[in-house]
Amino acid sequence: MPDQPGARNPAAPAPASSDATSDATSDAAPPRPRRPWPAPLRRLVEANVAVVTFLSVFSALLLGGVLIIVTTPAVLHALANIVSSPGRALGVAGSTVGDAYSAMFTGAIFSPSSLGHAISTGHGWTATLTPISESLVSATPLILAGIGVAIGFSTGVFNIGAQGQLIAGALAALYAGFAVRLPIGIHLPIVVLAGAAGGAIAGWIPGYLKARTGAHEVITTIMLNYVMLNLLNYFLTTRPFQQPGQSNAISKTMPSTARLPHLFGSGLRVNAGLVIALVLVAAAWWFTRRSTLGFSFRVIGLNPRAGKTAGIDARRVTVLVLTISGALAGLAGMASLAGTDYFLSSGYGGNIGFNAITVALLGRNRPVGVLLAALLFGALEVGGRNMQAVTNIPIDLTSVIQALIVLFVATPVLVREIYRLRGTGDGSIQLSTSGWGG
Amino acid sequence: MRLELVGVTKRFGALVANDSVDLAVEPGEIHCLLGENGAGKSTLMNVLFGLLHADEGEIRIDGDAVTFADPGEAVRRGIGMVHQHFMLVPVFTVAENVVLGFEPTRRFGFLDHRKARADIRRLSAEFGLEVDPDATVEDLPVGVQQRVEILKALQRDARVLILDEPTAVLTPQEISALFEIMRSLGASGRSILFITHKLKEVLAVADRITVMRLGRVVGTTTPQESDESALAAMMVGRSVELVVQKGPANPGREVLRVRDLTVVDERGVVVVDHVDLEVRAGEIVALAGVQGNGQTEIVEALTGLRPLRGGSIELDGSEVAGSSPHEMIRAGVAHVPEDRQRDGLVLPMSVADNLVLDIQDSEPFARFGSRDLAAVRANAEQKLGDFDIRASSVDVAVATLSGGNQQKVVVARELSRPIKLLVASQPTRGLDVGSIEYVHRQIVAQRDRGVAVLIVSSELDEVLALGDRVVVMFRGRIMGVVDSSVDRDTIGLMMAGVVESRAATR
Repeated sequence: MPDQPGARNPAAPAPASSDATSDATSDAAPPRPRRPWPAPLRRLVEANVAVVTFLSVFSALLLGGVLIIVTTPAVLHALANIVSSPGRALGVAGSTVGDAYSAMFTGAIFSPSSLGHAISTGHGWTATLTPISESLVSATPLILAGIGVAIGFSTGVFNIGAQGQLIAGALAALYAGFAVRLPIGIHLPIVVLAGAAGGAIAGWIPGYLKARTGAHEVITTIMLNYVMLNLLNYFLTTRPFQQPGQSNAISKTMPSTARLPHLFGSGLRVNAGLVIALVLVAAAWWFTRRSTLGFSFRVIGLNPRAGKTAGIDARRVTVLVLTISGALAGLAGMASLAGTDYFLSSGYGGNIGFNAITVALLGRNRPVGVLLAALLFGALEVGGRNMQAVTNIPIDLTSVIQALIVLFVATPVLVREIYRLRGTGDGSIQLSTSGWGG
Repeated sequence: MRLELVGVTKRFGALVANDSVDLAVEPGEIHCLLGENGAGKSTLMNVLFGLLHADEGEIRIDGDAVTFADPGEAVRRGIGMVHQHFMLVPVFTVAENVVLGFEPTRRFGFLDHRKARADIRRLSAEFGLEVDPDATVEDLPVGVQQRVEILKALQRDARVLILDEPTAVLTPQEISALFEIMRSLGASGRSILFITHKLKEVLAVADRITVMRLGRVVGTTTPQESDESALAAMMVGRSVELVVQKGPANPGREVLRVRDLTVVDERGVVVVDHVDLEVRAGEIVALAGVQGNGQTEIVEALTGLRPLRGGSIELDGSEVAGSSPHEMIRAGVAHVPEDRQRDGLVLPMSVADNLVLDIQDSEPFARFGSRDLAAVRANAEQKLGDFDIRASSVDVAVATLSGGNQQKVVVARELSRPIKLLVASQPTRGLDVGSIEYVHRQIVAQRDRGVAVLIVSSELDEVLALGDRVVVMFRGRIMGVVDSSVDRDTIGLMMAGVVESRAATR
């Protein structure tokens, strides 16, 4: 670049780092700035994002522990006698929380003893890898729908309708699954595309309504969730969809040619849906960073007025964003259907569409962030099931922890405040928080 | 009351916004604080008004050091501030606005409207501020709204009144009236700190002038000892051209032909009322008028941003009314919007991205929907040099650039493709003298290259300096078309809606 001598340069950020951010990290060699932020500021912000996210997860688990303590009768009983036998009371409290979280860990990742057994004997690998496989299975639709929601958020479009779009995608994929008979090499791609198309149509509707009439997408997408949910319940009782001989609202099953193949043998449910999700994470990264369309999405998201002045058709962008967002949610519905469930029943999809919103927020709308957040949520979900089975602590605790994480992430000021306060009183925590870059 | 700032230093990180600034305002004095945007005037005033706290130095009132924790304390110590953007409740009456926050009450907390009105009448009469206490603020012209702000400060017994760029929204006649008010306030022993970057105004009204540059006071002078070019040199740190160097226009074919253009705003009110306008290749037409008289809407209609209610827009003989902004850009219309941060730039994005905002999806910056970031960067590197944009790198966010450099980014982008018509709205608003000079030269260069240029400006100096023809607007109508050699008073009266026919048929 032309370096004018004596040029007054308000942009030069270099000297700002040392005294403006004395307590923050400025040790790493400055990377070449790619994103539009001055380098030191960017590092500070990004460090803080990672730190706040980590501390949010940590705080949520901590509060979850408190919740376990105050809701478990045995612990409360022990605590009632804390004056007479304080050691026992604390011991019971500690072991209850410890048991719960270790059950969560072994249920979601792996159990150390099982791993040891598998390594020493060479057998039992399937059992050892089942927890992590289940976590990945649980994360797959969250990744897909989460990316969809994130693309909307970063364009300033609030798609709260991932749940409905997911159902639309699943319905379309189901129909493509049982309606035709084809070899798997042709059938499966058709099912995948049908899932995307179903979600895309469900996303296009609120997009078109917004572009045409200005109807706010938050309202229309929320309402379409109910429409899709009830449409599903209706379809499940109609002849083409309902399982023959069933009076319950249960669909026909997907034929084997319409199922996503397992990646590591039939014992582990992790399937090609994960591959699709990972490919789309990479595609989403390319889309937001390298494509012209993604660029215009970002412009509209950051400054719609400047976008319009520059000739970007904001209404077209709105329609496209919701359509793409819906297609990704539709793929999420397809992935669960064709990957693990193979049939639809009423209330299909659970909370995936809503958890996708949470995952997008937690992942800061970045594809890789969404991937990590979805993996965390998938693991919490699967681990929570194991915790309930092993310790009788209800799985609802998982939802509470997930909600708390988002609550903390959404109020970074609170998180910083909490850890600064504790930091002044307790040297070790202060040390560790500063070690985390806070 | 004698107000003194002694050694005031305010830092934002490594940036020193005020560097040991000394300033003394004597009782009854009109003291002008002159400086470019970014010179630190606003920071200093915010320190003085208790909105920011100085890192070093002190504020003294009649020799005693004081500190203001918040603006409320500053007000109690007799400092009043009239902000550039008024802080009035539009649906309240003048009286209600004036007493807001310091309401006189009768027993049981009832508002004492009678006392409020009486206070206003008394103050109005004392300082020649003609304001009806019962008028609703939103019905009042901007100049009168400003008087309401001044009344607010006086009602709180301000001894020092800070006026932050008070003339930006006023007609020349309203400016003269404001100066009269300022003089009568000075005569009553109140002092005025008048913040501005307009040299003519400073020389017209100031008792003393303090010039700031890059956070420092570079000198204090008086109108008698100084003149425009000396003040400009102090502000910029070098001598500058105050007159736009341009030869006579050489108008060619009619590029833009607007007939019977009518535009309504969001509420359905007619804001552009049957306007006819033409701009020829190689001439600069300046659209003059006080802000909010339809100029913005004409520009939006010409650039496809606002639908027309009626009329036609021809570009090089073909009808383009109703085209989208994208089609207007492709048709060869360049647009420098009036608010660069709101409409011209995406502040968090890089300089390089902002330089291709409207052409990012065409060659060479993209192929098959995939952006060529190397080409985007190369383009930016070149534009940085060609347009003298000062940025540490093409990758930094455009938000980190100074106002002048941000505007150069917009201008560089708009002028770097083939254009027939350049529409520039307030092209130099908020820019420092050096950047103004630069933008003006670019605009004249486009004219000399055969581009038809339409300038919208509320700065009369700019209109007269740049325009080959001047079109004056008032309330959505064209008041008249005059030659740029016409005297300021005539245009000023036309801007205020007076002497329509005489000026037009001159």
